[in-house]
Amino acid sequence: MRDAYVAGVGMIRFGRYPERDVPDLGAEAVLLALKDAGLSIRDVELLAAGCLFQANAMVGQRVLQEVGQTGIPVVNVANACATGSTAFREAWMAVASGVHEVALAVGVEQMGKMGLLGGGGPGIRTEGVIGSGLMPAVFGQAGMEHMRKYGTTPEQFAKVAVKNHRHSTRNPLSQYQNEVSLEDVLKARMVAYPNTLYMCCPTGDGAAAAVVVSPEKARQLGARVRVLASVLTSDPWTERDLTLPDVSTLTRNAARKAYEVAGIGPEDLDLVELHDCFATAELLHYENLGLCRDGEAGRMIDEGETAHGGRIPVNVSGGLLSKGHPLGATGVAGIFEVTSHLRGSAGARQVSGAKVGLSHVIGLGSACTINVLGV
Amino acid sequence: MSASATTAPRGRRPIVPFLRLPDAGEPYLVGQRCKPCGAVYLGGRRACSRCTAEGPFEEIPLSRTGTLWVWSIVHQSMPGVPVPYVVGVVDLPEGVSVRCNLIDVEPDPARLRFGMPVEMTTGVSQQDREGNDVIAFYFRPARG
Repeated sequence: MRDAYVAGVGMIRFGRYPERDVPDLGAEAVLLALKDAGLSIRDVELLAAGCLFQANAMVGQRVLQEVGQTGIPVVNVANACATGSTAFREAWMAVASGVHEVALAVGVEQMGKMGLLGGGGPGIRTEGVIGSGLMPAVFGQAGMEHMRKYGTTPEQFAKVAVKNHRHSTRNPLSQYQNEVSLEDVLKARMVAYPNTLYMCCPTGDGAAAAVVVSPEKARQLGARVRVLASVLTSDPWTERDLTLPDVSTLTRNAARKAYEVAGIGPEDLDLVELHDCFATAELLHYENLGLCRDGEAGRMIDEGETAHGGRIPVNVSGGLLSKGHPLGATGVAGIFEVTSHLRGSAGARQVSGAKVGLSHVIGLGSACTINVLGV
Repeated sequence: MSASATTAPRGRRPIVPFLRLPDAGEPYLVGQRCKPCGAVYLGGRRACSRCTAEGPFEEIPLSRTGTLWVWSIVHQSMPGVPVPYVVGVVDLPEGVSVRCNLIDVEPDPARLRFGMPVEMTTGVSQQDREGNDVIAFYFRPARG
């Protein structure tokens, strides 16, 4: 394997674009990323496209039909909420393996208002009869495990939503850019205990793209952001994983591997973008990523350690909770965010002097990606 | 459709294959136990997802009582699903856990306790397209 660099990133503001379609959203992000890299679609040797809801509809090829049908290899990726980050990893592998000099990853999704509730379909109804497979309830129960083990409180989980919404006011690409108070969060409509409305990510549309290049190409382009590690794991057997998806073990496995490959530890990180699909999830991942010791996540949010300006800022983009979570786009948007900070181009939300950042994504069922970038 | 078909007694079927409805005796859940490593599953598989052995598996009846590992209260669900409802994960003594609805308990966090003893019960959840009763299992606070 050789080094690979992120030479360009692009992202459209997450939100609702009912008048547009998936290839159009993806194409806009692709052109932004190519322009950012100083490259054209003619320079791209491979495209990895992530889109979950149109996984069988050749989204990558349809994006190329909008920006240039150069005949390059295209892989279309689906990996639940880790779809975009898995597409990025495909692009990284294409370059790191030495097969290609320039690879492009695009993640795109158009969800409208369909939500994360999951499929219904005909036949026998099991939802609400033999438990819940709905994401709010799954992540509600994952948070309850933490509450059970460590006495974490609903207020501590709610503080995650307060923090990430506050962060999003500095991100012009965030779907929502409004602050919410702790009282707002706690008094909001309950979705699945302990997650209230503001503690659940919104649904929406969005797209992001990233260009990965070889060391030689990076020198030519002046690209400095290097991929220090790109790791993908699936859920190993654990005690209750088949009953209640265990989002922790595969994240811990991915983190261990990522730190080993990157040759760093969690103490070396300047910022983290992690998968806060629900507020409960964020606290679990503080511990899973080694940002604190087990059982300390509640204290960490209480003391503001993960707020912008804190010891290790988490989700300064606004996170999924406020920036939005268009499934296929999310993982590439994480690359966009970390890259922006490492290049000093993150504007009002810039983490000053950031040298190393980590992007973490979970897809239920389950997949986990961790990409560590550094300059 | 003949008159006899419409008047025939309706059948009943379990909501999942791992719920057994014996003609005599109480309904119960069954697990598939991997003999080499002891892992227990709800439903069969080709090989053990823990130890990867291709069995052999043995079917074991599961206890009707267990303890509540975690729970949530769902206030927003799919269209047509009445809310709120209490859901949870119940640990059974055979070493497997099961996802379920909790009934006979108020949808109030103050009424739910980690580790509380629960017991299984069954009821008609709905009818299938052929008009058979679909029997579901539920857990409720144990009555000692």
